[in-house]
Amino acid sequence: MGESTTILSVSDLVTGFQTDAGQVVAVDGVSFDLEQGKTLGIVGESGCGKSVTAMSIMRLLPQPAGQILGGSVLYNSEDLVQAPDERMRVIRGSEIGMIFQEPMTALNPVHRVGRQLSETLLLHEDLSKKDAWERSVELLEMVGIPSPEVRVGEYPHQLSGGMRQRVVIAIALACNPRVVIADEPTTALDVTVQAQILDLIKSLQDRLGMSVIMITHDLGVIAETCDDVVVMYAGRVAERGPIDAIFNNPQHLYTKGLMDAIPKIDSPRKQKLNTIEGSVPGLAEMPTGARFAPRSWHPQIQDYLDSEEFKTTRPELVQIGENHWVEDCPYVRVF
Amino acid sequence: MSQDSSDSLLEVENLQVHFPVKEGVFSRAKRFCKAVDDVSFSIKPGETLGLVGESGCGKSTLGKAICRLLKPTSGKIRFEGDNIEALKKSELRPFRRDMQIIFQDPAESLNGRHTVGEILEEPFVIQKIGNSQQRKDKIKSLLDKVGLPRSSIEKYPFEFSGGQRQRIGIARAISLEPKLIVCDEPVSALDVSVQSQILNLMMDLQKEMNISYLFIAHDLSVVRVISDRIAVMYLGKFVELAEGDELFQNPLHEYTKALISAIPVPRPGFKKERIILRGDVPSPIDPPPGCYFARRSPIEVSEDVASQPGEYKEVNSGHWVEVHPATVRDYDRYS
Repeated sequence: MGESTTILSVSDLVTGFQTDAGQVVAVDGVSFDLEQGKTLGIVGESGCGKSVTAMSIMRLLPQPAGQILGGSVLYNSEDLVQAPDERMRVIRGSEIGMIFQEPMTALNPVHRVGRQLSETLLLHEDLSKKDAWERSVELLEMVGIPSPEVRVGEYPHQLSGGMRQRVVIAIALACNPRVVIADEPTTALDVTVQAQILDLIKSLQDRLGMSVIMITHDLGVIAETCDDVVVMYAGRVAERGPIDAIFNNPQHLYTKGLMDAIPKIDSPRKQKLNTIEGSVPGLAEMPTGARFAPRSWHPQIQDYLDSEEFKTTRPELVQIGENHWVEDCPYVRVF
Repeated sequence: MSQDSSDSLLEVENLQVHFPVKEGVFSRAKRFCKAVDDVSFSIKPGETLGLVGESGCGKSTLGKAICRLLKPTSGKIRFEGDNIEALKKSELRPFRRDMQIIFQDPAESLNGRHTVGEILEEPFVIQKIGNSQQRKDKIKSLLDKVGLPRSSIEKYPFEFSGGQRQRIGIARAISLEPKLIVCDEPVSALDVSVQSQILNLMMDLQKEMNISYLFIAHDLSVVRVISDRIAVMYLGKFVELAEGDELFQNPLHEYTKALISAIPVPRPGFKKERIILRGDVPSPIDPPPGCYFARRSPIEVSEDVASQPGEYKEVNSGHWVEVHPATVRDYDRYS
């Protein structure tokens, strides 16, 4: 870590939401580095804070409820947490692009595809309307949309789900951003379309040299696309490291449990799957100690749950291999 | 096209469900959406038939038609030898005990204004079974069976997590000890760690109560784990049906191969050949003539050949496939 190739560095990010019941912390001290030209995966189950992390980086938290409460997001040694709003508007799109999950909600249904692409281009680049429209056609061609000169004049509802997601990708890439954050880019798509979209993101990355943060709950997508992985649980990083280390030598019980729980294409038929008992604690009732502890199957877990340490001390991450970090609490570690 | 039906619980023959497509306000329907188009299969007692296909292929419509939540356009549905395809609502009541359905989103299928106790009591009230005390005891044992605390009786659905709500949905479905449960994407909305809990519960209940499942899902890995046999549906038709291991090890239809090849494998560095289909799924309204899949298949055929229909037949024992020059590699062998 800390090599000169890091393009985006998140450290100790804390993001909270103001609710009727008081403040809840959704992202609690998350740190990771995105290396130039690489893909970093953030994986975790719903409510683990992976999307809020992305929204915090982009400073797109719902206002006024969502607030970044601490930490930094360094992009080319500029702290985005401190950046003024006007500066963020420039950064979004031209420096960091975002691909959203649901293309139908990310696109404006009453505007032609070309207008939505042009809008981004006109905002960030010095182009005439006509040039922007032509560039839109090129972008649609780049993301593999057949007869782009026709499609550019159509409305989102006239396109299939896969084509819409291609348009969303085209918008995200319109101004050649150096970082792209893809938040569950294929979750709403069918499996054959998902495969096409993942291939597309990969090939565009090879061609344009951008760095990608891939947020997903699907470990298969992570394995196929990522170089490094951050495993999040209940707002914190449980484990992070290079893809091979995480998949072949997981050290956190949550990572291991997740791997064992997914049905695989070669899982034996009609045999029980491994499970992780229990469910994620609610945001308002998060323990201070290791958050996975109440679901841990470590033999001495009860001792830890009863201990003062669990009530008062948050475990830090400890390095256990090259760039491989895991929560420093033996009761949630693979034993 | 009957398939060894002597010992079947459910037999479906040449089932069609067509929806009229109305154009204009007063005009009569001239065109039809063929959601289910000539489907035949059977399910044995205690067996799980998995049904996979991409969105819009008609799998949910088929599930609803079998439960007679929809009236089929034509074809036969025999349940324990009785024809139910044309029965009226009142005539269906005795069959409702034996056939239940579980939906994808339990939050939407459970009445939010009723307590869990009321939700679970309703089937007994409708079918006039037991007195108040007997029903209460029965509900308690149902909660035990699906792994929910007995204190749940007084609670409302919103007080539960997604996985727990699906347990409530399952408890309601099994309350009258049905013989068949149609499961429409029962785990698609759940996180992986919870998904495996629910799949295990369903497998346990099946063993204990000898229930048959029609298990509808878009996730092939999930279907593989829970199913005895698997059917692949494309644009309203079955294109392949085989015993689970056979389907995965020896898929014959190019569409099945494409689906299997598109699943992201949670194993970094795992290389496999991906079959990319041309274009998008055609509309079920006015589908192309002949073989629906021919124009997307990696095996390219002339328009003349494509416009000839394929033949859905048993090519090996228990292995059915749509045989057409564009759908199977070894056409001469199977035709």
